[in-house]
Amino acid sequence: MADVEERESGTGALPEPDVAREWLETMTLIRRFEERAGEMYAKAKVGGFLHLAIGEEATIVGAVRAMRDEDYLISTYRSHGHAISRGTNPDRVMAELFGRKDGVSKGRGGSMHMFDLEKRFMGGYGIVGGNLPLAAGMGLASDYLGTEEATLCVFGDGATNQGTFGETLNLAALWSLPVVFMVTNNQFGMGTALERHSAVTDLHRRGEGFGVPGLQCDGMDVVDTYEVIREALRRAREDRQPTLVEAITYRFRGHSMADPEEYRTKEQVAGWRERDPLKTFAQRLIDEGVVEAGEPEGIDEAMIARVDESVTFADRSPFPEPESLYDDIYVLGDQVGRAWYSVDQRSAGMHRGEEERDLDERSRGPLAEYDKAVEQAGREDIGLDKASDQAQADDDSAEEATRAESAEGGDSMRKE
Amino acid sequence: MATTATTTMRYREALNAALREELRRDEKVMLMGEDIGVFNGAFKVTNGLLEEFGEKRVRDTPISENTIVGMGVGAAMTGLRPVVELMTINFSLLATDQIINHAAAIHYMFGGQVKVPLVVRMPQGAGHQLGPTHSHSWEALFLHVPGLLVAVPTTAADAKGLLKAAIRDDNPVVFIEHEYLYGQKGEVPDDEDHVVDFGQAAIRREGDDVTIVGISRQALTAAKAAKVLSEEHEVEAEVIDPRTLRPLDLDTILDSVRKTNRCVIVEEGWPHGGVGANLAALIQEQAFDDLDAPVGRVTGADLPMPYSKPLEQIAYPHEPQVVEAVLATFRDL
Repeated sequence: MADVEERESGTGALPEPDVAREWLETMTLIRRFEERAGEMYAKAKVGGFLHLAIGEEATIVGAVRAMRDEDYLISTYRSHGHAISRGTNPDRVMAELFGRKDGVSKGRGGSMHMFDLEKRFMGGYGIVGGNLPLAAGMGLASDYLGTEEATLCVFGDGATNQGTFGETLNLAALWSLPVVFMVTNNQFGMGTALERHSAVTDLHRRGEGFGVPGLQCDGMDVVDTYEVIREALRRAREDRQPTLVEAITYRFRGHSMADPEEYRTKEQVAGWRERDPLKTFAQRLIDEGVVEAGEPEGIDEAMIARVDESVTFADRSPFPEPESLYDDIYVLGDQVGRAWYSVDQRSAGMHRGEEERDLDERSRGPLAEYDKAVEQAGREDIGLDKASDQAQADDDSAEEATRAESAEGGDSMRKE
Repeated sequence: MATTATTTMRYREALNAALREELRRDEKVMLMGEDIGVFNGAFKVTNGLLEEFGEKRVRDTPISENTIVGMGVGAAMTGLRPVVELMTINFSLLATDQIINHAAAIHYMFGGQVKVPLVVRMPQGAGHQLGPTHSHSWEALFLHVPGLLVAVPTTAADAKGLLKAAIRDDNPVVFIEHEYLYGQKGEVPDDEDHVVDFGQAAIRREGDDVTIVGISRQALTAAKAAKVLSEEHEVEAEVIDPRTLRPLDLDTILDSVRKTNRCVIVEEGWPHGGVGANLAALIQEQAFDDLDAPVGRVTGADLPMPYSKPLEQIAYPHEPQVVEAVLATFRDL
């Protein structure tokens, strides 16, 4: 391939038509999934924090499509799209957001903690910078076991200021580990702009002092992201050389749903929206005759329908049973199971909530809060008809509507 | 074929034997830590292992505690059985994000999809005039965390058997050694499958009058105090070494308390939120009617450890404090 350091964004060769169409489909699926997740958050179907990747779809799909099936992917608390593009069923991602039994993490993790071992998606992590050492450990295991696997570790610009950034890059270079570090530079660490949190704003250069050379890609261009990550993965796999790839991008929504966005101007957001990775890629596919005019709209409708299915699935999935509360704290085996390993679960037979489950309503005192939460979740209809209309509306107005709804309904628990 | 033969060895040698045998037994076992290889370990626990197993399996790391523990977590999630050494428990605070937010949480927060068979070893303890940043005992900190197993071996045989059990288990283990104990000798079974199971307390001395629970090095202090109590005060103490704090063999402790009706807990860590505070709560919840006196505690002093030797010596428990605490449970009756 051409030297990635000589290339120009927007001019990278398109892949085969079927592949290009699939990239557009997946980016569209992520966009619509995220929008619908935001709507479900406003309806209190989704709790906690919800960090959406709208605007960052090209960084996700471009990078994940450069990976092999056996490679490991590890990400952050903004990872719905990573799971989906890796092949995790969107139904189970949505069910996790809903806190249900069929969620990828059985409702234990929520938005920030997706995981799919089968797809080698090794998790979203809630601690900024916490996933970098894990990625190096995965690279170490691959190296130790003599496989050809590589690990792609995704994190945000804010994470480059954590101690684990320098520690991990140093170790990965020192031990020649097959890891690609991808910093998704969306210009803000939460609400703090890049130039206000990093003395060196060319983030791809921040690995040089640790022995990790950098590459930069246009994170609004799925082809450019694909090419650069593919080359970085090749260097990891063949040359045992870790690389720091900086993908320049922008998140169109706030940091999370509880973000009033007082730290940036509407003009700046509008400027980046002109480079919307879905619109520019769809236009390029039309211009180059890969898809016909109108075809992206058809893809969009299909993806909206797919997301609707995931919402229906999630809403129908039951909540985890109360007696499962203490499951999976430990791997039961030789060392756990005989003695008191948890104060409430001192034996395999006694689980909190187990006795109460079958009692009549008046006797379920200890489970009152469980019952209340289940009842509340059922009160609001998912309102798919209304939601579909909203998703099909213009992005800007949809965003305004969701944000207004979120701000109105946001209780103090949702402030970040 | 199992054998009952034993060899006299120091606690550090018993740990070394456990590591050596497990490295030989399982290719997936590997060691990481600061100065564990060329330097042979700050406390010589890993002495000779680099020479036998090479740099692939015995890795010197930079001074990056949080990251080397995190790499152990990542490697454990993807097929290895890493044993990470932290030079002392004091430095483990730099790695608490990886130990608590990651190692302990991952199996649960991802719905049981992945295991973290990781061991993080570290010594604790006062008595070497190392001042406020190198002398503390924090088994209570890790006991606090669901998802971790916590071992506090006192004898050479337990050090070996518990470490082998820890390496073979699929859960993350915080394995707390003691700087004073490294030089102590004991009889250690030669059997390469000598494993001491977690969650089984050892009764070090039988007695009917009072139960003394000693944690880590303080199990030895408790045994010495029991001798004084017997010889000078006609008090026969039962001394229990829990050996592991998670899981905890509370049943053995409760059985003893139901027999003696008195209990004193001895630990080197701080009193607030300590192991003794926790155990006292569990004992009064489970055996309130069996107690003839409040559960007593002897702990490290509630302060950052001072350097000056006389001050340091009175800042962590010795036999006289234990004897006094036991006798206090007999007063005013």
